[in-house]
Amino acid sequence: MEDLLREYLPILVFLGLAVGLGVVLILAAVILAVRNPDPEKVSAYECGFNAFDDARMKFDVRFYLVAILFIIFDLEIAFLFPWAVAFKDVGLVGFWSMIVFLGVLTIGFAYEWKKGALEWE
Amino acid sequence: MTLTAFAFYVFAITVVTSGLFVVVSKNPVHSVLWLILSFLSSAGLFVLLGAEFVAMLLVIVYVGAVAVLFLFVVMMLDVDFAELKAEMAKYVPLALLIGVVLLMQLGMVLGTWTSSEAAMDLRGAVAPAIEGTHNTAALGRLIYDDYIYLFQAAGLILLVAMIGAIVLTLRHRPNIKRQNVMAQMHRDPAKAMELKDMKPGQGL
Repeated sequence: MEDLLREYLPILVFLGLAVGLGVVLILAAVILAVRNPDPEKVSAYECGFNAFDDARMKFDVRFYLVAILFIIFDLEIAFLFPWAVAFKDVGLVGFWSMIVFLGVLTIGFAYEWKKGALEWE
Repeated sequence: MTLTAFAFYVFAITVVTSGLFVVVSKNPVHSVLWLILSFLSSAGLFVLLGAEFVAMLLVIVYVGAVAVLFLFVVMMLDVDFAELKAEMAKYVPLALLIGVVLLMQLGMVLGTWTSSEAAMDLRGAVAPAIEGTHNTAALGRLIYDDYIYLFQAAGLILLVAMIGAIVLTLRHRPNIKRQNVMAQMHRDPAKAMELKDMKPGQGL
């Protein structure tokens, strides 16, 4: 247990450094930077003309579909990983249970391919 | 105080504080960002427990994928913040009532909670000792053999999620030209164009 945590010590140090550096940079911008705002400077910049719309617009639902399909295959890979690590120990039952699992998800993959969910029109 | 305890307190305080900010921040996008911070720090807590694989999974699946999904949901809603704030006052009494009921239920559950004598032994017997095997390998030995039915059920649930997402959100727009790769590849150049010999000064 202690050995395991000692392996993670560099990551903790790195995390501390990253947070510290981020805080220092933000504080430096607050303290050192010259600030002289006027209405034109702080207004939204939209490529040469006045901003005419709010940034809070609705997204197309198809982005969501792509994201959710990505998550499903992401989870599939998450199941695949311990299987690959313990491959010598899982035995025949473990091997075939993973093949069935992949088969079920391949059915889903074929379905979404045939439905055209992977295409962007 | 050892470094482990220090790291635990840092991560635990970050989880609780960012969880609080998820609830109280006014902008939903900021809420999602605080949620990501709380996911990351709970990954740190999992590492401190010795559950490396779960910690990395939390980073990959929750921070990498679920948080993106939440951001999409937040951006898909047409959020008008001024209107939200005005509506909020109307629902506060109801929300308070529901909160109190939930709190009472939690209190009742925890008040009558008893754990079986054999529970600790059972928990210890399931997984190999942490010192003996690697975390991920220990999980791998258990999931695919001992918990095969749950594992297959997880596969079926993923299939249902996939089909459900497609059925709910996929709408094909009519009258849109799509790329047909096979048709493109099987085009015959000889038939696709025609050469005409034009005399000068004459029409076709």
